[in-house]
Amino acid sequence: MTDNAGAWVPSARQVERDRYRRRRTRRRGLVAAASTVVVLGVLVIAVVSAPGWDRVQQTYFDPAMARESVGPVAEAFVTNVELFLIAEVMILALALVVAVIRVAPVPALMPLKILATVYTDVLRGTPTILVILLVGFGLPALQLQGVPESRFVLGLIALTLSYGAYVAEVLRAGILSVHPTQWASGRSLGLSYATTLRLVVLPQAVRRVAPPLLNDFVSLQKDTALVSAIGLVEALRAAQVITQRNFNFTPYVVAAVFFIVATIPLARLTDWLSLRAARRDSGAA
Amino acid sequence: MLTMTNPIRRASVLLSLAALAFAVGCAPTEESTSDSDPAQTTSSLADCTPEQLDLYKDGTLTVGTDDPAFEPWFKGDDPTNGKGYESAVAYSIADRLGFSDEEVTWTKVPFNTSYQPGKKDFDFDINQISITKARAKAVTFSNPYYSAAQAVVALEGSDFAGATSLAELKDAKIGAQVGTTSLEAIDQIDPTANPSVYDDTTAATKALENGQVDALIADLPSAYYITAAVIDGGTIVGQFQPQTGESEQFGLLFSKGNPLVSCVNAAIDSLEEDGTLADLEEKWLSQTTGVPELS
Amino acid sequence: MAFLSVRQVRKRFGTNDVLRGVDLEVEAHEVVCLIGASGSGKSTLLRCLNLLETVDDGVIELDGVEITDPQAAVDAVRRDVGIVFQAYNLFPHLSVLDNVALAPRKVRGTPRRDAERAGTELLGRFGLTDKADAHPDALSGGQQQRVALVRALAMRPRVLLLDEVTSALDPLLVGEVLEAVRDLKREGLTIVMATHEMSFAREVADHVVFLDDGLVVESGPAEEVLTTPSDPRTAAFLARSLRTGEKRSGFGTIAG
Repeated sequence: MTDNAGAWVPSARQVERDRYRRRRTRRRGLVAAASTVVVLGVLVIAVVSAPGWDRVQQTYFDPAMARESVGPVAEAFVTNVELFLIAEVMILALALVVAVIRVAPVPALMPLKILATVYTDVLRGTPTILVILLVGFGLPALQLQGVPESRFVLGLIALTLSYGAYVAEVLRAGILSVHPTQWASGRSLGLSYATTLRLVVLPQAVRRVAPPLLNDFVSLQKDTALVSAIGLVEALRAAQVITQRNFNFTPYVVAAVFFIVATIPLARLTDWLSLRAARRDSGAA
Repeated sequence: MLTMTNPIRRASVLLSLAALAFAVGCAPTEESTSDSDPAQTTSSLADCTPEQLDLYKDGTLTVGTDDPAFEPWFKGDDPTNGKGYESAVAYSIADRLGFSDEEVTWTKVPFNTSYQPGKKDFDFDINQISITKARAKAVTFSNPYYSAAQAVVALEGSDFAGATSLAELKDAKIGAQVGTTSLEAIDQIDPTANPSVYDDTTAATKALENGQVDALIADLPSAYYITAAVIDGGTIVGQFQPQTGESEQFGLLFSKGNPLVSCVNAAIDSLEEDGTLADLEEKWLSQTTGVPELS
Repeated sequence: MAFLSVRQVRKRFGTNDVLRGVDLEVEAHEVVCLIGASGSGKSTLLRCLNLLETVDDGVIELDGVEITDPQAAVDAVRRDVGIVFQAYNLFPHLSVLDNVALAPRKVRGTPRRDAERAGTELLGRFGLTDKADAHPDALSGGQQQRVALVRALAMRPRVLLLDEVTSALDPLLVGEVLEAVRDLKREGLTIVMATHEMSFAREVADHVVFLDDGLVVESGPAEEVLTTPSDPRTAAFLARSLRTGEKRSGFGTIAG
């Protein structure tokens, strides 16, 4: 039996089929390459041959300007990275608490529930830039003891408040999407409500909402630039300073590249998680 | 061998073709660009009449400035009333060129958009813009209409309010508005903490009031306005001349290569010669005299 | 007094009276099968026994203690009353062994190592040794249902409730699950099960209870109720399920 299997030689018909498939693959590759080259080529020519192209090139893609700005922008971008890395942890913690308060059927939590609902409603509806301005200028204006005066910390608080509301709703949707039989299953084994939530429901909920959640984080990474409104010099503001000194937009393009490069790893991770979730749902995992 | 009429494939080919057609179909719009720099040439005022000028809108002088328009450059956030230094200067220039006050219209131009490449929707922009060589690569500036000193603003009684030299400000947290020479001038203090950079005067003064910064740098007239009208208990610590290698002067901003600048320069020169500019400065910016110099 | 005693239990969902005064007595080490058409109240009764549903009236006692008392320690009752659902309801994010060891660790406080050793042993008894590290979605329906049984057993319940544990399974997989139940009976576990498998009920049940429209219509020794039913409704139901039951491939050959 095994000998027979090892000695299998494809039939003539199969050889012909394989050959046809290879040819077809090659042809498809050529068509894809050719159409890409033609469409992109025409687009590039159309842009480059435009009468304003020289000015656009000077203003947005000036190599000398890029060299001058890449250092200061990179230095300032460290602030963005610190902002979003710390904010992401704080957002997850806040969102988890808010989401759990909103779903937990505990009467004693009623005042907190109302608070959590108002929080998500208000913060989701408020533009992030406004939250940053209110927290960044409003909180210190209260002159209360213990209010941080660091613009970095204030920016962090504002981003956490703003994004916490979104992420809380994502997590809440995730918790509600876990089938009630999972609750029943956990509770029937004698697990308490809290334990069932923590060990049975939340892990499934988080897994399910991971892609949209990471998508929010990609958006957060870009929104760290908004903290410049309260005077913190991050990458975009650093670029703006150089831009306005020279009336040349190249530093903005440099800053954009930094933001793009920083979001790509998260974007790929999101894709991968979505793919895995899709595969698992179809039962092929 | 096998020809399949696959609707998806056909659709995708059409899509690619559409993208192509779009790219080709974007007809270029003409933009007049001349390489000679008209800023170097100054016309005789006699040759400059509204009929002869190449204007954004025929028969009208369109002047841009930012919104809101701050004092003492403008008065009551209304550029059209001829009050405030820049408003008065703009109307005087228009007058020399033969425009009546009614033939001057104002348009709101955020600082950011004033120097964007491409067609502008104003003849010139007047917005406390400092003339520098680097900026002159992107836009055309008129001759200067004001020479500004920089000033340090702090809260009365604060640690830095009594400073008599820039060196004493080294440990202060310092803020300025983005895009201003004031921001560059901070380098002369070389503070230990990174400077804070704000979008506008409102945000910067808010930070000063909150104690988030110890001192603001602004041009002297703006500094005067901030202490007089915006915040309570603000004081001008002193003034200093920025050492950016070029004298700190405000110019009108034109789109790169706009020939209109030569006639406007003729108007500015005549206002300078007959003492009109000095009078206007005396009228709108006189409060700024007597501010101590910071060594 | 019986080990598990149900007296005049009522349950209503909205305007739908699902249980309309059910009485049931289960002695220790006894296997009781609940039979009846879908919607007759079998599942609801089991869920009430596990306190997943709150009764609207009546009393349930376990070993002389009223568990329907609102002040009863719900989680403690559930420790003693295990339940296995029709749709297995395994935790998809945990391995088979973690599914089994979770409750002993978190509820009984058993150290992880001990809980896993006991779990591995139980899995072995049900032929699942090689599946310990697998995730539920990699298992067949029959395997998943056996894991669900093991998960319930790991808590060492005093009563095991089985809610149509074979209904969701491919006929070919029914046998392996029933075989597992047979083993549990041999060990003397007290079992209350809702089932559609009439011949299995005849084989393992000490008592059979026929529910119809939220009431116990007939109950008694398996042989008596299934062979010579006294109530015409029981007879009609049996005749119907015999006809459909024949269409299913006989589990006996696989299980036997």
